[in-house]
Amino acid sequence: MGILGAQALIKCLKEAGVDTVFGIPGGSVLPVYDALYNSGIRHVLVRLEQAGVHAASGYARIKGQPGVCLATSGPGATNLVTGLATAYMDSIPLVAITGQVPTSMVGTDAFQEVDITGITIPITKHNYLVKDVSHLPRILKEAFHIASTGRPGPVLVDIPKDVATAECPVKAPAEVDLKGYKPNYQGHPTQIKNMVKLIEEAERPLIYAGGGIISSKASDLLLQLAETISAPVTTTLMGLGSFPEDHPLALGMLGLHGRPYANLAVGEADLIIGLGVRFDDRVTGLVEKFAPQAKKVHVDIDPAEIGKNVEVNLPIVGELSLVLREVLRLATPVRRETWIDRVHALKEERPLRYRRDGNELRPQYIIEQLGELSRHQAIITTDVGQHQMWTAQYYGFSRPGSFLTSGGLGTMGYGFPAAIGAQLANPNALVITVTGDGSFQMHMAEMATAVEHNLPIKILLLNNHNLGMVRQLQRHYCDNRYIGIEYTGNPDFMKLADCFGAASYRITDKSEVAPVLLEALGNKRLTIIECLIDRCEMVYPMVPNAKGLQEMIEFEQGEEKES
Amino acid sequence: MPVVTKNKKRGGLLGNLAAKENGQEMTGGEILVKALELEGVDMVFGYPGGAVLALYDAIFRAEKLQHILTRHEQGAVHAADAYARVTGRPGVVIATSGPGATNLVTGIANAYMDSVPLVAVTGQVALDMVGKDSFQEADITGITLPVTKYSYLVKDVKDIAGIVQEAFFLASTGRPGPVVIDLPKDIAAAKAEFFYPPQLNVPGYRIPKNGNSQQIKQAVRMLAEASRPVIVAGGGAVNAGASPELLELVEKLGIPVISTLMAKGVFPENHPLSLGMPGMHGTAYANYAISACDLLISIGMRFDDRVTGKVDTFAPKAKIIHVDIDAAEIGKNVRVDVPIVGDAKFVLQQLLQLVEVKDYSQWRDRVYRWRREFPLKYTQDCGSLKPQYVIEQIYHLTRGEAIITTDVGQHQMWAAQYCRCHYPRRFISSGGLGTMGFGLPAAVGAQVAKPDALVIDIAGDGSLQMMSQELATIRQYGLPVKIALINNQYLGMVRQWQELFFGRRYSHSDMAEGGPDFVKLADAYGIKGMRVTKSEEVRPALELAINTPEAFLIEFVVEREENVFPMVPAGGSLNKMLGR
Amino acid sequence: MKHTLAVLVENRPGVLTRIAGLFSRRGYNIDSLAVGRTENPAISRMTIVVEGDDRVIEQVGKQLYKLIDVIKLTDITDEEYVDRELFLIKVNADPATRGEIMQIVDIFRARIVDIGKNSLIIEATGDEGKINAIESALRPFGIREVVRTGKIAMVRGPK
Repeated sequence: MGILGAQALIKCLKEAGVDTVFGIPGGSVLPVYDALYNSGIRHVLVRLEQAGVHAASGYARIKGQPGVCLATSGPGATNLVTGLATAYMDSIPLVAITGQVPTSMVGTDAFQEVDITGITIPITKHNYLVKDVSHLPRILKEAFHIASTGRPGPVLVDIPKDVATAECPVKAPAEVDLKGYKPNYQGHPTQIKNMVKLIEEAERPLIYAGGGIISSKASDLLLQLAETISAPVTTTLMGLGSFPEDHPLALGMLGLHGRPYANLAVGEADLIIGLGVRFDDRVTGLVEKFAPQAKKVHVDIDPAEIGKNVEVNLPIVGELSLVLREVLRLATPVRRETWIDRVHALKEERPLRYRRDGNELRPQYIIEQLGELSRHQAIITTDVGQHQMWTAQYYGFSRPGSFLTSGGLGTMGYGFPAAIGAQLANPNALVITVTGDGSFQMHMAEMATAVEHNLPIKILLLNNHNLGMVRQLQRHYCDNRYIGIEYTGNPDFMKLADCFGAASYRITDKSEVAPVLLEALGNKRLTIIECLIDRCEMVYPMVPNAKGLQEMIEFEQGEEKES
Repeated sequence: MPVVTKNKKRGGLLGNLAAKENGQEMTGGEILVKALELEGVDMVFGYPGGAVLALYDAIFRAEKLQHILTRHEQGAVHAADAYARVTGRPGVVIATSGPGATNLVTGIANAYMDSVPLVAVTGQVALDMVGKDSFQEADITGITLPVTKYSYLVKDVKDIAGIVQEAFFLASTGRPGPVVIDLPKDIAAAKAEFFYPPQLNVPGYRIPKNGNSQQIKQAVRMLAEASRPVIVAGGGAVNAGASPELLELVEKLGIPVISTLMAKGVFPENHPLSLGMPGMHGTAYANYAISACDLLISIGMRFDDRVTGKVDTFAPKAKIIHVDIDAAEIGKNVRVDVPIVGDAKFVLQQLLQLVEVKDYSQWRDRVYRWRREFPLKYTQDCGSLKPQYVIEQIYHLTRGEAIITTDVGQHQMWAAQYCRCHYPRRFISSGGLGTMGFGLPAAVGAQVAKPDALVIDIAGDGSLQMMSQELATIRQYGLPVKIALINNQYLGMVRQWQELFFGRRYSHSDMAEGGPDFVKLADAYGIKGMRVTKSEEVRPALELAINTPEAFLIEFVVEREENVFPMVPAGGSLNKMLGR
Repeated sequence: MKHTLAVLVENRPGVLTRIAGLFSRRGYNIDSLAVGRTENPAISRMTIVVEGDDRVIEQVGKQLYKLIDVIKLTDITDEEYVDRELFLIKVNADPATRGEIMQIVDIFRARIVDIGKNSLIIEATGDEGKINAIESALRPFGIREVVRTGKIAMVRGPK
């Protein structure tokens, strides 16, 4: 006797090395849940499916293999949409499995039916509606293959209830055979030679590293390359951690809220080596003014990224680790004293700035302290907004996979569920969510999930009682006309922690930061550390709309605190 | 033939206003806000972000338009949805591009399945950045294609006013539904002269009103021939505002009425001819009546699988008359003898003119006997608190007059069964999509729509946790919403199915671990709350909550493994119910 | 300028949605799209005519190629190829004008496939230039309805 579709599914998950899934059961996915029961695969019951995808994403980023989430049909499936889009934009490997109404009812607007494959076409790398149980093992094998190879991304598999309960006569094929999907891993040898030549010809090369370095595990090669060719390294938000920020060649993050010296160095470079980046609008500022003096090399696994936003002089399509290894084999070590001196001078003269004087509790200071007290070694997740940028600027990342944030889609509410996934993937790590009051409220219900699994996540909540980044934009672009940002109904976060049985601290004064953080980081419980910061705080530098990176507003004294 | 509809649907005042604004130079955001105001919108729900700054700036300057800031876009869209259900006018929700827009998807799908008029305005990245995977870019018109009635990506600032007008027209006419307007950032900031078109031109769109007179006559003839007729009313009857006509017809003919979940209250449930809800968790007597009737008149009801059970054995002895405004619904799920495409209100008026009185008393007596013999029932044993009892008490205290919102699951079905409702648009529940988390934000929208009404959210613990952040919205705007939380620490409906159909293997439906202390949770928001564990405490607690002028949460800790009965197993026949 | 893309895709449900969605999402302009199955029933071939400069066309190609169901893609614009389009046109035709119309039909080697009381349906195949020429030649008689299949194309010579 054969096994049921749902059991075949569980078997495929195990064969793909899945040990944990995130989800919420519901009518159409019940057969899958029944097969999951006592299957040995850990299931994490989240409180909203959206958090389930984010958690799977956090899990995937720490484990380096596809994260898996489950949802039922209808609202369960639509609740995955934001999480899938988030993962798609940041190239995170995920396999989402959704229940669907029985095949005979598909297309009849049945109870809890939605066309989730139709809905998710724009935000998945690929998706499947399984119409026949005999296709199920092959489809799952393909789904994991597609999610994790090439440029990673989310894949959705929609399984009707009757398919899950039908007997499955076949096993998964040994190999995946997809005529239309053959990612190109090896860079073109001539192009690689040309790249080495460009590097040799350049006087002021600068490496611009992105999330591709992290997903292809090429951080060590990046370090070698930077040292070999004597090129400073700036990273995107997604690339933070790919290059140690305490390294003399490190420039930290560039772009809209990048470090002044990083943005200025881009303007002075004569060769930009883009590695696993996509010349996103948040990075380049006005494209015409991006690195105006530089030739541009772009190495990426996804050919469609090359030339999409910026014209490049030398494109190389390939897996970064393979390409960099080749480049290193061919490149001759050089020292570029003048250029490095110039970069160091920029670092001296044009650093990140905030008001360090006085006893005000500044968010930048809090993040700096967090960096020091956690020795720049924690896994940091963030939500989206001002706190995200301050974290990117001031934490001081030192290793790949230590910074999980929603870069491309900019999804508020990502941080805390991602931390849950990260902590489950690495139970011994110190996992800290840096969040804001707006973002945290989106998925704070997941405190129940964290408590249920005894996850000692630290939630550093920078509370300014409004949507700070929107306020900042309204200050800059709308003449201080503030609307729709005021949060007067916020909960008392100390009481909130208490109702979940979590620990909590409130910091209102600069002097409390170090001692409270020290104590909180050491405890073994889910903990909220709420910092009451001023609503007028701004993120600087800031590149105004339609300006080049060099035209950033580096720092302004800003408004005085509202009394 | 194109539909050309004269502006204004809502009278001369707004028409004059339109003329007054025409020709003024405004930003795209201002044009949108002005057009919303001309459509009669005074309330929007939303969440700001980078791509909607210009729009929010226009809201800042707006004369009439008010904005409710929620804590998650999904909360905003559900609130707008409920606002529409309570008022009958389109609800409006605003979100930024990317995640803001994708956070609307569940709510839009929810409105689509329940035919709720909704206009969702989303920000989009600047037009020249579209298609480049820009920051916070999502193809929301593509994503929502399967779950919207229509959608627009605005490409020219001059089109905005006309698009808004058309969007409201499409959302609120015919079979209502959600419409998305995706507004790129640069278009919202660009300037143009305001121009509100004097008339709409929508080729390929028609709005049925009267039914075909031949088919009406045929229906009348069938009624005259029938001896066991029954009416099944659905959400379409509510949308058409057909309650008075329905009541008149039913009282004239004396035939029993069954209302689907979406139609609760369209016919007063304390009326002797009301049989309550049909279907999977319907009343036994409603299901028996359907199974025995020889004529089934469906009014704005779509023969959903939760209503029909196994289609082959649904109303096996009956001829079926199907009245619906959406021609595509007719014959989709069941065979129909007389299809009538039309607006329920108009069709009922047509029927009223022609029907003749006939004596159906034998049939009524038979139905009444079922109602006496097989009433809804539960056992009240000492020691434990029964959820049905709690909900029954809510009904007794509110006399079926409160606005009730629900989430999805067991508590929803108990609310449908035990919390009777006597007026349309007062039982607000996610029917087609079955969206957990709908109840609390829906209560926000309902209370905003009717500030003086008593609004009670009957919630489950699983559902409430999905959108609990909206407690902050309740607090921020001082909304006196009452929350009756039926807490069994399970995903109760999932557990029930696992108990009945999966050998009691309770796979991941247990929520006892980790869940918050809900009374403390309310307290964290400065919302009063209390916990009730005994039957005798139920009434005093409810009275206290109802008499408190502010929001109030009562956590009812109920019998954990109580089941919803009767139950027609999925795909089963209506006359074969478990736990009857 | 207009480019003609020959695209081999898996013959599966939803492929057309994926491609149409991609074009609208990325803001590309489809001029025409024709699809049908090939000598291998598991594979369909699409001929897509798309308008855009070289950079846009390059992106179109790359983005299409990213779709898992897209097997092979060739821009045949600059190659030697044969292209055809099928075209049905209903024109006003009373006894007085019928002869004149039939002459035009002959000249273009088209065919009359249906004769109504006051109209004719004409079928023509050919490349875009020919189709446009027939249409403009028939316009004076009063065109009631036009249906075009969109262009299909095949590269000359051995494969």
